[in-house]
Amino acid sequence: MAGRLFRHSGARVGGALLIMVLAGAVFAPLLSPYDPVAIAPERRLAPPSVAHPLGTDLYGRDTLARLLHGGRLSLTVGALSVGLALAAGGSVGALSGYWGGWFDALVMRVSDVLLAFPAILLAIGLLAFLGGGFWNVVLAIAIIYTAPMARVARAAVLAVRHEEYVDAAAALGAGDARVLRRHVLPNAVAPVVVESTLRLALAILAEAALSFLGLGTQPPAPTWGQMIAEGRTVMTFTAWPAIGPGLAITITVLAFNLLGDGIRDALDPHTHVG
Amino acid sequence: MVLAVFLLIRLVPGDVVTQLIGLEGQISPRRVEELRRLFGIDRPLHVQFGEYMTGLARGNLGRSLRTGQPVGRELSRRFPVTIQLAFMGLLVALAIGVPVGVVAALHRGRAADVLATGFVLLGLSVPSFWLAILLILLFALRLGWLPPTGYVSPAESLSANLAHMVLPALSLGLILAAASTRIVRSSLLEVFGRHYIRTARAKGVAERGVVLHHALRNALIPVVTVIGLQFGTLLGGTVIIEQIFALPGIGRYALEGINLRDYPVVQGAVLAIALAFTLVNLAVDLCYGVLDPRIRYS
Repeated sequence: MAGRLFRHSGARVGGALLIMVLAGAVFAPLLSPYDPVAIAPERRLAPPSVAHPLGTDLYGRDTLARLLHGGRLSLTVGALSVGLALAAGGSVGALSGYWGGWFDALVMRVSDVLLAFPAILLAIGLLAFLGGGFWNVVLAIAIIYTAPMARVARAAVLAVRHEEYVDAAAALGAGDARVLRRHVLPNAVAPVVVESTLRLALAILAEAALSFLGLGTQPPAPTWGQMIAEGRTVMTFTAWPAIGPGLAITITVLAFNLLGDGIRDALDPHTHVG
Repeated sequence: MVLAVFLLIRLVPGDVVTQLIGLEGQISPRRVEELRRLFGIDRPLHVQFGEYMTGLARGNLGRSLRTGQPVGRELSRRFPVTIQLAFMGLLVALAIGVPVGVVAALHRGRAADVLATGFVLLGLSVPSFWLAILLILLFALRLGWLPPTGYVSPAESLSANLAHMVLPALSLGLILAAASTRIVRSSLLEVFGRHYIRTARAKGVAERGVVLHHALRNALIPVVTVIGLQFGTLLGGTVIIEQIFALPGIGRYALEGINLRDYPVVQGAVLAIALAFTLVNLAVDLCYGVLDPRIRYS
């Protein structure tokens, strides 16, 4: 599978972009010497220059430094929220598909209700309840993605649930836990991996939208969405503060989308990868 | 659904009274209790819910706790704005998505297809609110062709109304156009492999006729399904787009309601959005019958 993924041109581009974004986030202090939250009124709204490659914002903070540090926050929120949604939705969905019956019916009805709301509206409502802040954003995004994740896991388990090897394992006396762990899950994992990668892209977009609305991680910690919101207030003077973070979001989301498509093609033996 | 919205917003710590105090400064605890009683939010939840449902059955959505205005009247004033935005967005999506998808499928693997795929990938990765800001920067601030924000009712001036709605509709529609392009392309490619397409070509139907009358019509069913599903995303997107362009629609009303814990406003707005979503799904189901006469509803 790794070989097929590596031969997939989209996945290669996505992987390269993702490495670039990750490197920018990890090595942020080395790539830009400025403090992302230090205010310097004397150099506010400066255009791009050698000292400040992306210019400065309304408070004189270096846009590149904020962009790189903001990447840490966006990527962490994305990874944690999708991880949580995967753990909660994935396990509930898998059990729901495996057990069926009233548990399955209950899980499906609850997910119907959750899916009837536009996701972003649900997240906004949850944040009004929880208040802003890093962990609450993680939780809100995890909650809105739990239902779709559960659906995908359930469908994946249902697809292998009645295969003969599963019945054979049960007939040989293996318990539910063993059948699930050894026989069902390893064969149902592919769609869930694809869904998780594509959900990472959506989670980064959701985090940006929430912090754009002022509901995410609170200032002065930089997030991409919040930087765009700040850039919007000064866009009659200069476009730079809003352009950088938007590009950063687009590149990161593009990377996860390309990678997700690549993993799906690599896992599907019917697709020609070249 | 109604119960879920009802409970969710009441789970939020703080209520409209605490929010108003936040706006107006200090106030005695006795006055707080009086205000809660005035707003009717001091009673048990099941009583409040029963009352709300009775009102709902009579078409009464209650009054805004903050302004005292009937929510139903406010919603009916705002509903057309959101629906106009959503439909114009959908129009943009179809006007771009269908032709680009068809061209991409017809030129599979060639330059046009690569360009279309690039457009799809980019469209699915750009945040709509950033696209909105870029469009404002370019068309309103730099070129001065269109107004940056605001709303004019079509009854007042249709041309001014359209001018104000173009940028919001583009911000929503371009992203949906990417999703539509993708599904039109893949759905057409699948149909192109069918026997009836070969038959049509073999009997000498011009390529244009093959695409328009034979392939596209059959390829449209999955397209309609996906677009119907995407409409929900579109309605969610209106919350942010209405905020950016200062449009007095339902999404912005819901956001204001959530921030002020104005229960009847949030309940009404979310119900209206869910209702719109359900109506679109119904419309999608009815479209199937038109597109494929074999599908009949009894």
